[in-house]
Amino acid sequence: MIRVFKSKRFYHYIKDISAVTSSLILIIMLIGAIFAPIIAPQNPYDMKGLYLEDSLKPPIWMEGGRAPFILGTDDQGRDILSTILYGCRVSFTVGFSVIIIAGIIGVTIGLLAGFYKGLLDAVTMRLADTIFSFSNTLIAMLFLGVLKKHGIGTVILAIIITDWVRYARVMRGSVLSVKEEDYISAAKAIGASNLRIMFKHILSNAIPPIWVITAVNFGDAIMLEATLSFLGVGIPINKPSLGMMISMGRKYIYAGKLWLVVFPAVALASIVVSINLLADWLREEINPKIYKGQS
Amino acid sequence: MYRYVITRLTQGVVVLLVVSFICFGMFQFIGDPVVTLAGQYATQAQQEEVRIKMGLDKPFYIQYFIFLKNALRGNFGLSYVTQTPVLGLIFERLPASIELAISAMLIALILGIGLGVIASLNPRHFISRFIMVGSLFGISLPTFLTGILLIIIFAVKLRLLPVFGRGEVIKIAGNWRTGFFTIDGLRHLILPAFTLGTYQMAVLLRLTRGGMLEVLREDYIRTARAKGVPPKIIIFKHALRNALIPIVTMSGLQFGSLIAFSTVTETIFQWPGAGNLLLTAIYETDYPVIVSYIMIASIFILCINLVVDILYGFLNPKIRYTEIKYK
Repeated sequence: MIRVFKSKRFYHYIKDISAVTSSLILIIMLIGAIFAPIIAPQNPYDMKGLYLEDSLKPPIWMEGGRAPFILGTDDQGRDILSTILYGCRVSFTVGFSVIIIAGIIGVTIGLLAGFYKGLLDAVTMRLADTIFSFSNTLIAMLFLGVLKKHGIGTVILAIIITDWVRYARVMRGSVLSVKEEDYISAAKAIGASNLRIMFKHILSNAIPPIWVITAVNFGDAIMLEATLSFLGVGIPINKPSLGMMISMGRKYIYAGKLWLVVFPAVALASIVVSINLLADWLREEINPKIYKGQS
Repeated sequence: MYRYVITRLTQGVVVLLVVSFICFGMFQFIGDPVVTLAGQYATQAQQEEVRIKMGLDKPFYIQYFIFLKNALRGNFGLSYVTQTPVLGLIFERLPASIELAISAMLIALILGIGLGVIASLNPRHFISRFIMVGSLFGISLPTFLTGILLIIIFAVKLRLLPVFGRGEVIKIAGNWRTGFFTIDGLRHLILPAFTLGTYQMAVLLRLTRGGMLEVLREDYIRTARAKGVPPKIIIFKHALRNALIPIVTMSGLQFGSLIAFSTVTETIFQWPGAGNLLLTAIYETDYPVIVSYIMIASIFILCINLVVDILYGFLNPKIRYTEIKYK
């Protein structure tokens, strides 16, 4: 533990205001999401606890607002703050599931393709090119649009279908450059098996760029889930996610009831912006060639 | 060169076949359009009648080959909902989508590359920092959120711009109705185009800045400076041209996401384009429309990628097409 705090990387991290601020924001949002059932004043999934006379109440500091609806309520009488907390749970669940599952699939494929080359490499990389040019949003949207069963599981699946591609490509490139190093030839010379070389020597040395991709993909997955839910092909309507909240609140912006859209939008934006700031920091830390403002 | 183009075309055809096959496979296993078509309360006999009329009673592979045969003739079948030819439906909507996409891409290219160059020349200047923070929001905010924020600011608060439909359009050649030549049409175009262009702009901006920062450090730039070449020529001729190479590839690859996000943008602004049609088709389980949309989008994406690859060769003559393989 102390070694972590004394390391150079931690020193760089602590010196970088944007990295520290963004991780703080993320930690707060994550805690809010995890403990939502305890913190939230209301359970937005419990239809019996909602009363229509509470609907469309403005935030507490505006005229007509009242406790316990600190950020107001939506047209169903759901407390906005509680719904945001539960919505963040959906976002983080999708984000983490996607980066873990797609990460494992993509890294394995990239490792095998880079190490063995040949037909496997040609086929997977062609496939990756095609998926990449069709864009993850389009594929996920069409997949979910055709598949009529909507739920958090299918949303995660729809994002994974395309998301492994970035891991596989980056991993493959990284493996190709690591493979040429002398220590790999040395390992071969002393008779190490292919599996041992792949998983012990290459994997550990080729993985750093994957951390940047993981951070970027985490943000992308959350953004994609919100977009899909906004379009009505994502998370079902009785389990509000941030994208769904914005989609439902959209009707009311012309009537000046902006709180239905603005608060979930701020929550979503602060998650994704923080993740991207962290990804930027990681990118510079791992590849310090282009250092911030110093060139 | 010809060999390369032919190889890429063959690959494109293979991709199209695979895409069409996947579409058909999905429809075969999921959902039954007969229920949608005949209505929930239709009798067994009525359902059978619809099934035979639409050719849905035949085995999967025969349905697939019939579809392929018809598709090659430009016949993608009838929409389940409107009972009119699907291709006509989509082509009627395409001009609106294409005009929106072109405007968005122009905004993205001009502002993205321009601001990217500015941010790279003086990375520590506060303007550069401001641009970079802006671009961070550009890549972090999902398109639908950008759209809604623009609506809140420019339509609800400032009441400056319209947010519904295309406004006044003029008919030019054939069925092409354009909004480019009327003031009302242009006013309707501004918000959707910026919504769709913001993300692409942010991506291009960051790529341009990154590329420029790297190129500006090269020895030949120092040489050019030393021999007294004016800065404008150094920036635009020596540096930007080399920094542009990855940008060209990237803007080709962005085309797929441009199509996807145009769906989102068109829904928000009720833009009468093909993306809007697609979403309606998804809600109504109108398979022929979805399948044809996917096929047409695939053809577009593959063609653009081919053009971009060829363009890439013109920008960077070092590349020999016959040598291209995965290294």
